[in-house]
Amino acid sequence: MPSEHWTHPEPGDGPAAVAAQPSPEQVIAGLRATSEGGAELTQLLTPEGERISSPRFDRYVDDIDAEALKGLYRDMVLVRRADREANAMQRQGQLGIWVPLLGQEAAQIGSGRALRKGDMAFPSYREHGVAYTRGVDLKEVLGIFRCTDHSGWDYKAHGFHPYTIVIGNQVLNAAGYAMGQKFEGKVGDDDSEATICYFGDGATSQGDVHEGFVWAAVYDAPLVFFCQNNQWAISEPTERQSRLPLYQRARGYGFPGIRVDGNDVLACLAVSRWALEECRHGNGPVLIEAFTYRMDAHTTTDDPTRYRLSDELEEWKLKDPIERVRAYLARGGGADQAFFDQVQADSDAFAAELRDYCFNMPEPPPDRIFSNVYAESTPMLDAQREEYLSYLDGFVGAGEH
Amino acid sequence: MADLQKLTIGKAINLGLRRAMEEDPKVLIMGEDVGKLGGVFRITDGLQKDFGEQRVLDTPLAESGIIGTAVGLAVRGFRPVCEIQFEGFIFPGFDQISSQVAKLHYRTQGKIKMPIVIRVPFGGGIGAVEHHSESPESLFAHIPGLKVVSVSNAVDAYWGIQQAIKSDDPILFFEPKKLYHSGAMKSEVDTEATPDELFKSRVVREGTTATVVAYGPSVKVALDAAAAAEDEGKSLEVIDLRTLSPLDLEPVFESVRKTGRLIALSEAPSESSLTSEIAARVQQECFYSLEAPVLRVTGFDTPYPPAKLEEHYLPDLDRVLHTVDRSLAW
Ligand SMILES: Cc1ncc(C[n+]2csc(CCOP(=O)(O)OP(=O)(O)O)c2C)c(N)n1
Repeated sequence: MPSEHWTHPEPGDGPAAVAAQPSPEQVIAGLRATSEGGAELTQLLTPEGERISSPRFDRYVDDIDAEALKGLYRDMVLVRRADREANAMQRQGQLGIWVPLLGQEAAQIGSGRALRKGDMAFPSYREHGVAYTRGVDLKEVLGIFRCTDHSGWDYKAHGFHPYTIVIGNQVLNAAGYAMGQKFEGKVGDDDSEATICYFGDGATSQGDVHEGFVWAAVYDAPLVFFCQNNQWAISEPTERQSRLPLYQRARGYGFPGIRVDGNDVLACLAVSRWALEECRHGNGPVLIEAFTYRMDAHTTTDDPTRYRLSDELEEWKLKDPIERVRAYLARGGGADQAFFDQVQADSDAFAAELRDYCFNMPEPPPDRIFSNVYAESTPMLDAQREEYLSYLDGFVGAGEH
Repeated sequence: MADLQKLTIGKAINLGLRRAMEEDPKVLIMGEDVGKLGGVFRITDGLQKDFGEQRVLDTPLAESGIIGTAVGLAVRGFRPVCEIQFEGFIFPGFDQISSQVAKLHYRTQGKIKMPIVIRVPFGGGIGAVEHHSESPESLFAHIPGLKVVSVSNAVDAYWGIQQAIKSDDPILFFEPKKLYHSGAMKSEVDTEATPDELFKSRVVREGTTATVVAYGPSVKVALDAAAAAEDEGKSLEVIDLRTLSPLDLEPVFESVRKTGRLIALSEAPSESSLTSEIAARVQQECFYSLEAPVLRVTGFDTPYPPAKLEEHYLPDLDRVLHTVDRSLAW
């Protein structure tokens, strides 16, 4: 049976080949033809740092001059530095676990910087870079991984929902939020609001994500689904989740899907701005598949050597999201060595501040266990709290502590 | 002839799975990362290598999918063993578990059997982020049609998993993740022995002052408390419940008739839980033997707190001893 939506080309096939139903081997080859991400990959800055023009998307980054690009570069370097610092702190026992974003800086900074104040972002648990663009202090993110808190920041002030660890849950929550924006008439013109929701390639297998697509579609919710396809769901590659490039799934739900080079910050910014604009004008939802790569372990408890080959990593290193911007800036004269040195120094200072904070993070008091279980507490819970606290007091009194 | 091996709980489950797969080609293992990675806890380590990708399935990332397809595979004659990565992620599959796994046998008047095992690493004390430390077993024990067991040592782990796989009923198999790789919990497993029945609880330490009933990770806490109590001249009887549904409370009743006191211990919140059920049944059966009300030592009736607070949340030796004293003061 021919599959009319199968457009992922074999390497060297030229643009948008429509092939017959592929064999399983072809599916795997196609989904993992990481060389360029396929003919439909939107890219504005090549891995070599060359600006290529896109008739469709250039206008979305017209305002990104050398200064602005330097800003994006700085963002990426800072969040990478913070990420490496957190990874190291986990190794030193200062954090219970860390979820690295290494390699996904462009996807997160590009999409995050496309958002406006009134917009709302629903992250999963790896979106430290998006958090940073939303003005969330990364110290508050560290609290989650030091296990002092489940969520620290003020979600409303930052337009950044708490992290969601249960895979896919947040996608329906985001759909509901976006429906609310629509119901309140916040959709329709340039000044309108939109929502963006982050999830991984693995998450696309969950019922919640499928349902989120359905709901957002039938209610025309202003929701950008931002899938960071980093190729792996812990040990399982994308082909364990799908036989079709993920962006093509959108068509089945009746909204546009697009694949962007997730290691190209400029393209991520442009495509996200376009998608958000569609949503603001009431033409949402949109699915963006940011084609990227998780350059580190899934989390600090994972062992990627068990399931992936190191030459894959080596191949992706050549597509590093930061290096291409650096090459472009250096070559185009937009930035000199002093700039790069300054960013390096800033990022070191940023990391030192995080480290200092982490080492001195206050421990939550025991009565925190009982607070905020309910908006209005219950007599039974109050009694449990009193009983436990007086039990603890007993220890101190008896000199046993 | 006895074949003794000193095993951790994790390794015992691994060997039990291996043996079940060798004995019955219809046994399948399915779950996220169970193949190449050997599961996030490495419990299925090496099985895909030896049994292939059609018997050890790295599934798409979807719990409803894992359990829902296991139902279909079971209808087709397979015996799926599903791994849920952490207890907090079982809920996307809750619908399938409660609506299909638990009820198909009943709905078809026995025509369809559900020989499915759902392995669930559960409990706290590992310093994890949210959704990785919970104890939702009471929710499943509350669903008719499901059987629920929880192992606390390597011997039960090795035999229990095999017995669960052989059972024609669906079984939720709760594994104490904190103890998976604990060297202190290593024990000698006789792989040629005749195992205990699966749905029987067991006295694991005899005593006369009071009875402590526990399951899963809490059994170790109970045993540690009993050792500490001995220094204070108190003799605690400890019962490992092992089976949570059906509950085998006969040994508990018997023990309470002897000691007159019962402490029910669990990491789960207490309201409307297994410990509630134990308290109700014991007061019903042993009313005239009780010297004090049944007391409980449990997690609090709150969501699992950030892990920096789990030492407060989780029942520990001190809270057990304190509760024993409360019972004795009655
Ligand atoms: C419902 C649920 N099942 C399982 C897990 C355990 N788990 C955490 S992350 C993960 C893989 C997620 O992969 P993907 O969606 O691709 O996102 P990535 O981590 O690669 O960004 C799994 C299986 C979970 N958190 N939630």
